[in-house]
Amino acid sequence: MAVNFVRPIIPKLAKDPWAIQFDSQGHLKHLLTIEGLGPTWITRILDTAEGFMSVTDREIKKVPLLRGRTVVNLFFESSTRTRTTFELAAKRLSADVLNINLSTSATTKGESLLDTLRNIEAMQADMFVVRHDQSGAAHFIARHVAPHVSVLNAGDGWHAHPTQALLDAFTIRRIKGDFAPLRIAIVGDVRHSRVARSQIHAFNSLNVGELRVIGPRTLIPNDIEPLGVRVFHDMRTGLKDVDVIIMLRLQRERMESGLLPTEQEFYRLYGLTEEKLGWAKPDAIVMHPGPANRGVEIESRVADGPQSVILEQVSNGIGVRMAVMALCMSASTE
Amino acid sequence: MIQNPPNLGIDLDPVRHPDGCRPGIDCDTWRISGARVLDPASGLDQIADLYLAGGKIVGIGAEPAHFPSSAVNTISADGLWLIPGIIDGWARLREPGQEHKATIATETLAAVAGGITTLCMPPDTDPVLDTIAVARFIKRRAQLAGRARVVAIGAMTQGLKGELLAEMAELTEGGCVAITNAHYPLKDLRLLRRALEYAATFDIQVILQPLDPSLSKRGCAHEGVISTRLGLPGIPVSAETAPLAQLLAILPETGARIHINNVSSRAAVRLIEQAKEDGLPITASVSAHHLWLSEMDTDAFCGNAHVLPPLRSLRDRDALREGLANGVIDCVISDHQPHEPDAKLAPFPETEPGISGLETLLPLMLKLVDDGVLTLERALEALTRCPADLFGLTDSGRIEIGARADIALIDPDAFWTLDDSTLHSAGRDTPFFGWDFRHEIQATWVNGKQVFRRGSAP
Repeated sequence: MAVNFVRPIIPKLAKDPWAIQFDSQGHLKHLLTIEGLGPTWITRILDTAEGFMSVTDREIKKVPLLRGRTVVNLFFESSTRTRTTFELAAKRLSADVLNINLSTSATTKGESLLDTLRNIEAMQADMFVVRHDQSGAAHFIARHVAPHVSVLNAGDGWHAHPTQALLDAFTIRRIKGDFAPLRIAIVGDVRHSRVARSQIHAFNSLNVGELRVIGPRTLIPNDIEPLGVRVFHDMRTGLKDVDVIIMLRLQRERMESGLLPTEQEFYRLYGLTEEKLGWAKPDAIVMHPGPANRGVEIESRVADGPQSVILEQVSNGIGVRMAVMALCMSASTE
Repeated sequence: MIQNPPNLGIDLDPVRHPDGCRPGIDCDTWRISGARVLDPASGLDQIADLYLAGGKIVGIGAEPAHFPSSAVNTISADGLWLIPGIIDGWARLREPGQEHKATIATETLAAVAGGITTLCMPPDTDPVLDTIAVARFIKRRAQLAGRARVVAIGAMTQGLKGELLAEMAELTEGGCVAITNAHYPLKDLRLLRRALEYAATFDIQVILQPLDPSLSKRGCAHEGVISTRLGLPGIPVSAETAPLAQLLAILPETGARIHINNVSSRAAVRLIEQAKEDGLPITASVSAHHLWLSEMDTDAFCGNAHVLPPLRSLRDRDALREGLANGVIDCVISDHQPHEPDAKLAPFPETEPGISGLETLLPLMLKLVDDGVLTLERALEALTRCPADLFGLTDSGRIEIGARADIALIDPDAFWTLDDSTLHSAGRDTPFFGWDFRHEIQATWVNGKQVFRRGSAP
């Protein structure tokens, strides 16, 4: 029908919306989202991480890959775990690390995000690790940084948290091996979860057998199925034959905005107790991106139990983040 | 005197001696010969000479008696189209209050460069257009700029706060063509009913933009596949249809005639279609960008595609096109919202919504004609006769003897690409950069004076 119809060319954007993650040679330059990485890059990152895990076990836990480079942790939203593991990963690669914590309120005092960025860029940073409370913030920063700077998304709004999904995939691969025969269930507040979105893309890229999300309708978006998941509203049917259970953190403010009546009711229906864990496969593993609300989405005995791999996730996070940093920095040096 | 805002790169001096006007000849006496004259209001579609004098159209085809043949400005327009100047029913010019984004001078120039001769300006200025003084100020600034005519749409409630009625009667007596509360909510349904009743007393046209503040709270994109994937807070279709359905329930009890501005969803088109079948006094408009773009264009967090109401699904877009073609939707607006670059330099949810749309309004509509979506007559009617009827501008939006000499000359085979250099608006916030268009506005007359000619200095 279209005669001379031309798709819009948005300045500084290629046709593939995720192409911005790669440099002109096709190397990974920024890690903003799992989308567009495909199985090849995801596997390459996981394999590289496997190599770095031995560094972590050594007495001198350092390799000189990023010596003389500066990594800036730019956190507009508070975080302990993610920031610390990024910091450790950078230090084990021998980079200089600068932590900058800016609550979003500080930037609303007049300085725009772009101004903040320019100021830190002027300090000769080579890599930004960014966390921000708005979806798309990492893309925005990647689009506007100096050409030599790499951007790693450490969580933007409800959109993406790619290193978390990669470390989860890494943990699952180490324990379960191949993804094809696996059933994975993500439980809880999928609507507001950047972790869940990145996990969905990652596990589907790795050809997972079946991916499920479980939660009440208020916490599961209407249009989630096209992303490649099956929706369940009931734990008993949702957890049946599942190999991996991923519990999401439930924010307290969800009660105030009318998405849930009480924590108690959520715990009764969706909280992972020993009883509910019994509905999954006997060798199912339990994961949580942390920090866990014990007694809200997960029972302490499950979180600390034999099937829990929550602490392994944390230590694997360092190796995976080292891998991502090393791969992205190798793109920008070439 | 108009002050030149800095760094706009446009000469903003008011046009006192418009380009193309020969010395010693009245600037509003013109013979435009050889063009294809198109006017949906009169059904005119023929090659004819057009004669302008004293701010009016004085002859079509035959030269009128007493026309000063030897002392006129002439323009040969063979192969070009001559259409009634466009009436844009909803365009923000940012003055008064947000002159860092744009001014009446910059935007009226952009308007005439887009073939628009009348701009209807909503009241969400600062101060709010809820007093006659603000309406007069706007009119005066437009006169000083000397390009397009600007007519004001007054506020429905004081300060647009949705609590107390504004002086609607005085506003319309003072020249406001309609009243509206823009997308700002009213306190309750009782106030809505009272406002409609009061407006109906004086037969004032009411414009409403249904958008429920609680359902759209924090939302910045259509609630659908794309917003779910990108993790953007969504605005569901029900944020438009729920208040629209309430409004349609109240309307018959008030006697008011209402216009639904900027319809965005298929479900809303259906509600309006049903209301029209039921004989309710209701009309509707859609923005040109909603006829072309969809949620797909917000992919990769394109801030220039952040608009309110949001760009919805392809299915919604197609329903809007169909509704426009079959007359359920009457008019097409630019929903012009010029922004300074900083307004779009932020993560998507923090960007300000809006598109700079004046200069793409007509080209986008004629592109729909090329694609077989609309007839040429329907496309032009939605931009000229329909808004003229809506706002009671009975001497505009038509090419008839005695009508206002507001006309635009179009090259139907120009082939051009929208880029930074072809845009006149102070707002560069358009997602249409890089699009190819066929039809280009060559010259525009307002009140008989040539206020724009392509290729000449502005």
